[in-house]
Amino acid sequence: MKTKTKVGIRGYGGYVPGFRITPREIGAVWGKDGEMMGAALGIRGKSVPAPDEDVVTISTRAARWALERSGLNGDRIGAIYVGSESHPYAVKPTSTMVGAAIGATPHMTAADYEFACKAGTAAIQTCMGLVASGMIENGIAIGADTSQGAPGDALEYSASAGGAAFVIGGERLLAEIKYTTSMTTDTPDFWRREGQTYPSHGGRFTGQPAYFKHVMGCTSKMMDELGMEPSDFAHAVFHQPNGKFPMNAAKKLGFSREQMETGLLVTRIGNTYSGAVPLGLAAILDIAEPGDNILVTSYGSGAGSDGFYIEASKNIVKVREDGVPSIQEVLRDERHIGYAEYAKYRDKIRKGG
Amino acid sequence: MSIPRFWREIRQRYKGIGVECGNCGRVFFPPRSICPDCRRESLGKMNEREIVGKGKVITYTEVHEPMPDFRMQAPYTMVMVEMDEGVRMTGQLVDFEPEKVGYGMEVEAVLRKLGEESPSGIIYYGYKFRPCP
Ligand SMILES: [Zn+2]
Repeated sequence: MKTKTKVGIRGYGGYVPGFRITPREIGAVWGKDGEMMGAALGIRGKSVPAPDEDVVTISTRAARWALERSGLNGDRIGAIYVGSESHPYAVKPTSTMVGAAIGATPHMTAADYEFACKAGTAAIQTCMGLVASGMIENGIAIGADTSQGAPGDALEYSASAGGAAFVIGGERLLAEIKYTTSMTTDTPDFWRREGQTYPSHGGRFTGQPAYFKHVMGCTSKMMDELGMEPSDFAHAVFHQPNGKFPMNAAKKLGFSREQMETGLLVTRIGNTYSGAVPLGLAAILDIAEPGDNILVTSYGSGAGSDGFYIEASKNIVKVREDGVPSIQEVLRDERHIGYAEYAKYRDKIRKGG
Repeated sequence: MSIPRFWREIRQRYKGIGVECGNCGRVFFPPRSICPDCRRESLGKMNEREIVGKGKVITYTEVHEPMPDFRMQAPYTMVMVEMDEGVRMTGQLVDFEPEKVGYGMEVEAVLRKLGEESPSGIIYYGYKFRPCP
């Protein structure tokens, strides 16, 4: 899918809560070898939100930075879409609260998106359409999550928190989004029923027929449509539920470790779900050179992938002196906690009164 | 806190919207309708002013007996901050290393959860402070 007029990223920002817990700490509680589990998943630690952080606060911090980088005031934003599977309310939108916090309300449209881990990239596509059609000048697309695995479940080793926001516009672009392709099927690999605290998953079914089929299928189709090859891209980022899946997909598609390493944050912070690909893309934009081609493919269970071909513009270098922290700078704020503190923060112990 | 009161104060809680006296330039937070220095001169000249959110700690105190909404975080630290705009704001300090807290510490305002009515009730958000990155 190609827009009729130029659209792209005008500002961006990403935030990851500072607490970290290691697989070893989690495993010890359940009598399991956490270190081995971590090695199998390719995860050395995961981010944990403070008790007063959620998708609203994470999205707001990312959106404020994205806006600051764009040089725009909140009232220039015509739409906000927040993609997440951990919106704090079942009914009451995250996007309105973020809109109020960045001064974008009331003259804007807004909605919350859900599509497992790819709701944030769906938000980017929506903003692209609204901008390219001339309906709005600028929109903000956010992917953020504070995901949880059931205590003792394999997901507990990886489910983490973080998010990134992008100001999508048509002028003064830091990077142009030149093309997007999606692939969507009905696949029962991972779900959470209304009212349930923790998700369920199809075990081994989550790999080949779900993640790999969509990520590889979408990426290959997009490169075919563009007549491009892996070697045409300086950087690539794929959805990263663990450290292994994206690297295996990259290898099969013909991408190198060097192309992948900047956007691969899962090894340090775990699986940030809707935040994963947006944060990986933000980390790439932090170091990209003008003219660099970037390939992005998200994945959301249920299932689908959104692919993007993005080219960094000459403006990308200028915004690095604006005082907004890079993803690597944000990740430097690390405070390690043990399982007891983690359980308390994540409300796994239901305290009375 | 009642829902109507929270709703009325959303802009001041989320964005730190205060007022600036159009006569003498003094900034006030929370907003007030008249400048105590200029009085009548300031009538109709109290303009909205966003407090950008950076400042320095002027006092701090550790709270050991928390209010119910803060029980998961006890003990916690409250700070009074002199904002770059010259106003003073009070809030909880978060994401800090205890040994680094002190007078003059540079902080920024961030949006956080202040509490909730109940597990099925409204969630209250507002600013807190954290060390500048
Ligand atoms: Zn005055």
